[in-house]
Amino acid sequence: MSLNAPNHKVCTWTQDYDHPAALATYTAHGGYAALKKILTEKTPADAIIAEVKLSALRGRGGAGFPTGLKWSFMPRNYDGDKYIVCNSDEGEPGTFKDRDILRFNPHQLIEGMLIAGYTLGARAGYNYIHGEIFEQYRSWEAALDEARAAGFLGNNILGSGWNFDLHAHHGYGAYVCGEETALLESIEGKKGQPRFKPPFPASYGLYGKPTTINNTETLASIPWIMRHGGQAFLDLGKPNNGGSKIFSLSGHVERPGNYEVRMGTPFSELLEMAGGVKGGRELKAVIPGGSSVPVLPGATMMELTMDYDSIAKAGSYLGAGSVIVMDDTVCMVKALERLAYFYFEESCGQCTPCREGTGWMYRVIHRIEHGQGRPEDLDLLMSVGTNISGRTICALGDAAVGPVHSFLKHFRNEFEYHIEHKRCMVGA
Amino acid sequence: MLTNESLAQIDREIAKYPAEQKQSAVMSALRIAQQEKGWLAPETLEFLATYLGMPTIAVYEVASFYNMYDLKPVGAHKLTVCTNISCQLQGVDAVVAKIQAKLGIGFGETTADGRFTLKEGECFGACGDGPLCLHNNHTLHTRLTPDNVDAFLEGMK
Amino acid sequence: MPLVTIDNKEIEVPAGTSVIEAAQQLGIYIPHFCYHKKLSIAASCRMCLVEVEKAPKPLPACATPVADGMKVKTRSQYAIDAQKGVMEFLLINHPLDCPICDQGGECQLQDIAVGYGGVESRYAEAKRVVSEKDLGPLVATDMTRCIHCSRCVRFGQEIAGQMELGMPGRGEHVEVMPFLESQVNNELSGNIIDLCPVGALTSKPFRYHARGWELSRRLGVSPHDSLGSNLTVQVKDGRVQRVLPADNEAVNEGWLSDRDRFAYQGLYADDRLTVPMIKDNGRWIEVDWATALAQAAGALRVLKETHGGDALGFVASPAATVEELHLLQKLARSLGSSQIESHPLERSAGRGQARWLGMPVAKVNTLDRILLVGSTLRSEQPLLAARVRAAVKASAELSILHAANDTQNCAVANAVIAAPSQWLAALTEIEQALKGASASAEAQAIAASLKSGANKAVVLGAVAQIHPQADALHTKAAAIAAACGATLGFLPVGANSVGAAVVKAQSGDVFAAPRKGYVLLGLEPELDCVDGAAAMQALATAECVVGLTAYKGRAPEYATVLLPIAPWAENEGGLVNMEGRLQTFNAATRCQGEARPAWKVLRVLGNQFGLEGCDFDTVAAVRAEALPDGWLEGLNNAAPAVDLGAAVAGAIEWLAETPIYAVDAVTRRASALQATAMAAAPVATANASLLARLGGKTTLRVRQAGLAVELAVRQDDRLADGVLRIAAGHPHTVSLGARMGVLEVEA
Ligand SMILES: Cc1cc2nc3c(=O)[nH]c(=O)nc-3n(C[C@H](O)[C@H](O)[C@H](O)COP(=O)(O)O)c2cc1C
Ligand code: SF4
Ligand code: FES
Repeated sequence: MSLNAPNHKVCTWTQDYDHPAALATYTAHGGYAALKKILTEKTPADAIIAEVKLSALRGRGGAGFPTGLKWSFMPRNYDGDKYIVCNSDEGEPGTFKDRDILRFNPHQLIEGMLIAGYTLGARAGYNYIHGEIFEQYRSWEAALDEARAAGFLGNNILGSGWNFDLHAHHGYGAYVCGEETALLESIEGKKGQPRFKPPFPASYGLYGKPTTINNTETLASIPWIMRHGGQAFLDLGKPNNGGSKIFSLSGHVERPGNYEVRMGTPFSELLEMAGGVKGGRELKAVIPGGSSVPVLPGATMMELTMDYDSIAKAGSYLGAGSVIVMDDTVCMVKALERLAYFYFEESCGQCTPCREGTGWMYRVIHRIEHGQGRPEDLDLLMSVGTNISGRTICALGDAAVGPVHSFLKHFRNEFEYHIEHKRCMVGA
Repeated sequence: MLTNESLAQIDREIAKYPAEQKQSAVMSALRIAQQEKGWLAPETLEFLATYLGMPTIAVYEVASFYNMYDLKPVGAHKLTVCTNISCQLQGVDAVVAKIQAKLGIGFGETTADGRFTLKEGECFGACGDGPLCLHNNHTLHTRLTPDNVDAFLEGMK
Repeated sequence: MPLVTIDNKEIEVPAGTSVIEAAQQLGIYIPHFCYHKKLSIAASCRMCLVEVEKAPKPLPACATPVADGMKVKTRSQYAIDAQKGVMEFLLINHPLDCPICDQGGECQLQDIAVGYGGVESRYAEAKRVVSEKDLGPLVATDMTRCIHCSRCVRFGQEIAGQMELGMPGRGEHVEVMPFLESQVNNELSGNIIDLCPVGALTSKPFRYHARGWELSRRLGVSPHDSLGSNLTVQVKDGRVQRVLPADNEAVNEGWLSDRDRFAYQGLYADDRLTVPMIKDNGRWIEVDWATALAQAAGALRVLKETHGGDALGFVASPAATVEELHLLQKLARSLGSSQIESHPLERSAGRGQARWLGMPVAKVNTLDRILLVGSTLRSEQPLLAARVRAAVKASAELSILHAANDTQNCAVANAVIAAPSQWLAALTEIEQALKGASASAEAQAIAASLKSGANKAVVLGAVAQIHPQADALHTKAAAIAAACGATLGFLPVGANSVGAAVVKAQSGDVFAAPRKGYVLLGLEPELDCVDGAAAMQALATAECVVGLTAYKGRAPEYATVLLPIAPWAENEGGLVNMEGRLQTFNAATRCQGEARPAWKVLRVLGNQFGLEGCDFDTVAAVRAEALPDGWLEGLNNAAPAVDLGAAVAGAIEWLAETPIYAVDAVTRRASALQATAMAAAPVATANASLLARLGGKTTLRVRQAGLAVELAVRQDDRLADGVLRIAAGHPHTVSLGARMGVLEVEA
């Protein structure tokens, strides 16, 4: 596969080659051609944005916001610095696709950020890389050096007279920095506490300047779109759900890992690609989009296709395409306890409902898991969740509630059993 | 306070940001200082505050917000194991039990000889390769099992 | 302008107004904690959630800008559910220790909880406990009560310009604290007590003294600097228990400096003079008022009759009221004396001229360019410094000329740091640079800054006014101001320096040639004069010294009659602040002992001399005479007609500033302020090169005019070379001579 032909491996094609991350591999198969064309032809920003809109590319970071539309929010005649920021702070449990893009296809991300920077009139770009993957921070910086040496970055890029540079910023262990405004605060050298919006980053972003933030996979998809056109990308997927998407499968599957497939691929097919449920056991539940989205019963999932609209219709979200598979040995109380602990631990602490409520929910679930549950606890959990949800600055508050409400909705009996019998009904 | 090598690294980080935004380099500076010193002592924070022209309390805010900074001394080998949902489903509990038995310490503890510190981590963003263990913040060990974790620990002795 | 409907009431407000502000204009109260009109919007407590039509979730009123046609409901079930939910979260980890909390009765959490809290707690888990933090002698902490509103942190970052408190940690572990063991050490720190909506930060001096509702409240005016902050003086059992800001946007904007807030403790110092006393054969005895006044008048009359009126000198604090100063000068003049001093910390020959800020205080915030000459601003005028900071934050450029490059609370665009003897030359260079002539790079930079911008000011501070070349500096500053179209302003030294000049309580030079008799009003001459040692000497040789004072201090050493007068909280009268604003106040408490307001004492003294026109019944009547219509026209910053005299240069020049908590007798006796780091015993500081020249010693014996003191030495490279900085106005350094002079250091 390569960037030269329109095929469904938009971001993962370099893995077919020996040195997937090398600049030579990338350029040998069509890399940087889109950038060159844009710089040579001086393609107007409007035309690029129109192409991205046509592609129906939706943000791969979790919210699924249409990328072309987001780009059109950036002020045009702004007289001052603007920035493009890439969100590689992947830390949502179950999500691990961006790491592979950094590992195996760093140049496609660089090219994507260059095109975005050019289109949006940015002065520079930063890529915020998750703390625990220091190796990828290093390797991406090495890729930047390669690109700089080859004239793709810095002053007078490819002789076009255009100046632009990219830098990596390394996180150091805070999930909330994946939230785009927390991420900006973090780049500014502060605690990663989300900002209240409005103002949105497009008007008040990094250092108070207009800024566009996109996910790694979103930006890495751009060179493909510019090479083959928005329509071709759209055609890979479904209307309103353009392109392919990397799905990260983890948990109880035979071969955990990343699988890039067309949007709209049936879940059952995807599961099959990962070797099916581990040990051939029964599929109990699936969290289809990363730990923050509601869990769905396995049977429901088997009927769904993998795209934003289909998953949303079933009451969950595609999120970042992070599919956590659970077989019938999983104790849902224990699983939820771990998730609740995560949000409690990762709350930035500024909003009252999230700071106080996540700890409250965790403690109650912890009690239930440890045989000290009370019958009224389940209603209490629902109510505390309701009091957090929608009442916080960022979506971490909602993310903390999603699992609680959905686990209680689909698996309430397991919680009741725990409370009544002070032990687990599965695997007991 | 810090070696010239560390200062040169910090200066490289500072250069990434606009001149009046030195503070942006604080996270990297803390990381570099911690790599050199093993942990972030109050004097180190004060030094970095002066170096970057920030209030010391602002440096402390950053150092205490992000999990990977150590504000107390840790063992020569800090092992952080992700216990989050995907790793849990993929069997991290058994791996942790093995490590804890072998080192004789629980999460948040350091062995008496000061060699190992064990920490519980949150999602590393590498679940597909889990269970995972991060060694001294920067080296990720993947696909651990109760069987291969022995060799992994032996390699650090 | 957008039209919004809040709780069915319509209002049109400027775009950008938040829902909470619009509601306030309609008289609708929306509960809130993190929101404060003077601070940035945090939107984090979530108490102010309201229902906004078409919004998918409740929105924080503090952070939501109005939009045209927006419909807001603050009391719908939907809004109240959200508010109650937040209140429940705030209370689950709160200690609920109202009975032992100083904030009780004036606690926003308590008040709002009454409206929104549940009766029973659904929270059955263990509560959080937070360790105490030692923030120093002024602010007490009970951090378990903290609700993380971040107001105190934002105040430091945004208003005080010094981030001492932060919120380290994450999530539930976030705690408000300073770095490790450091304390809160800035001149505005007490404001965080007012800002804290709960009892986490309370006043240490006030702790456990009284409940809010037991206190009676009087308005007051602070006498410790020439801003004249408006005060709410809270009294119980005849004592001032606490001082809080009173709202006056044009003056102190709702803030107080720590000096304004905590100086009241000095009212109750052990050496308060509460009974008239006379010196009888070398012994001090307590007498009644009639005896004391007769004694004073008799002695002064004899001196006048034998030596003439000018044998009598009259010296007053520049914080004395308009009425007191008016009566004092009236008394002096009718006794034939032209020796009246009310600006004892100024060097200008023309200090009787009513020099003022030159503009309204509020205008400072809108300046684009400021040149500050010889002002240690943060200690001279703490709240004006906050306004300068606000101007700089909003894009003003601040340039300074000083002998010390102190840490300011805002960015300094240009600084000329030079020994005081070089200041005139420095100003001359700036003037030349403005005219296009060649000059030093710094002068060029300042000139370039002053040339641009629309609203500009050149302002002379207290150090410039005590400078040996004060008049020459004034003349040059005026020339610079004229050359760049700036307003020329002064930062008057005392609370009523402007008023004192307006009522003509200044003429002559009372200590230059010692007088036979003195009348002192409300000052401690050894600490409050340019040359305290000389003043003490003059007083020692005088035959009669009548001291009108609230404290004994060292007065028994030199006085012959001591008359107890009321310090500010017990006094009444008016003060004219730096912008020419007359602010009047009544007594907040009764006088202690036999003490009387000085205006009454002076009136009776006038009667004793049989002076006409001294029969005032009220302080207002005195004021009416003192400030006839049109008095404001007397304010005048015109340059004096003096030649530009030579500098007092020497190998070591004394930078002699009054420390922030040594400005007057009351402040000097305020125990909590005196326990702060800013009131530490004076040391001598100098830069490395001067220290090296002095032989790198750790203590120095510093000598001036034949008198010497021993001081510890510290290095401070922010000082200009050749400058030794030693706090003046402090008992330890009294024996040094004239401030800002040349010092000798003993080998
Ligand atoms: C708590 C939280 C964590 C998030 N973490 C990530 C993340 O790790 N990576 C990411 O791309 N987006 C993350 N997001 C979403 C971002 O805020 C943002 O929507 C996204 O980066 C935009 O890029 P996109 O439009 O290309 O998806 C997170 C959001 C929240 C509320
Ligand atoms: S919702 Fe939680 S994580 Fe998000 S800003 Fe509020 S406190 Fe921080
Ligand atoms: S007052 Fe609005 S969120 Fe705190």
